Amino acid sequence: MHGILKMKSYSFAALLFLFWVFLSGHLTPLLLGFGVASVALAVFLSKRMNVIDHESYPLHLSSQLPAFFLYIFKEIIKANIDVVKRILQWQGSTISPQLLDIPVQQASDLGRVIYANAITLTPGTVSIELSQDTITIHALTEEAAQELATGSMAREVSNRVLVE
Amino acid sequence: MIIDILSWVCLFAGGLLGIVGGIGIHRFPDFYSRLHAAGITDTLCAMLILFGLGLQAGFTLAAFKLALIFVFLFFTTPTASHALANAALHSGLKPTLDMDGRGVRP
Repeated sequence: MHGILKMKSYSFAALLFLFWVFLSGHLTPLLLGFGVASVALAVFLSKRMNVIDHESYPLHLSSQLPAFFLYIFKEIIKANIDVVKRILQWQGSTISPQLLDIPVQQASDLGRVIYANAITLTPGTVSIELSQDTITIHALTEEAAQELATGSMAREVSNRVLVE
Repeated sequence: MIIDILSWVCLFAGGLLGIVGGIGIHRFPDFYSRLHAAGITDTLCAMLILFGLGLQAGFTLAAFKLALIFVFLFFTTPTASHALANAALHSGLKPTLDMDGRGVRP
């Protein structure tokens, strides 16, 4: 267990340093030294805060993640068009706000958070309360609420995001 | 040239969506429905503007940084929206709901 944690710290440091190099773009020894020092400080603090754990590594993500991102982009664009239409429709009543509870099948915390985030990312639905087995949703329209209630997004998250 | 045109189309559409999101924030009746309007500026508006800027930057370090901004926005904006909505719910703000199915005037 201890050995694994050590490995994770090293790979975390390597990743952070790579990230630092990409963000700075400077390769002089002085600035690289500063980079190494700040990475060391960040790793030290993360270890003290116990935030280097299994969730900080994307090893359990599914290989179908790109397909999931494609799906979520499509949903975002569809939802955006719908909400923009409702904002710009000047006459008549166009929105019907709803509150509803939908079940969550995802077993892990990470899975539940990804599902709730995916719901909030699509305009027209916002997750306002997340508990063990349900998410409370505020939906701008009945159609958006019904779309979520069909559970197609939940299936996408279950099938394409995490290997549980 | 084509990339320039595409980039300007993206930037222009993104800016327009930002304005539409602003109009939505003014038009919708309560806090929760206004969050949905703000969601437009959070998602497609930000995406289009960042993508347009990325096209202008080409394959450079700047484009990589724009991509990183995009990734961080993708993870943080829903969290922020959720935190706002959750705080409003827990401090007792009742959403205006459409109970009788006749719709709510924005």
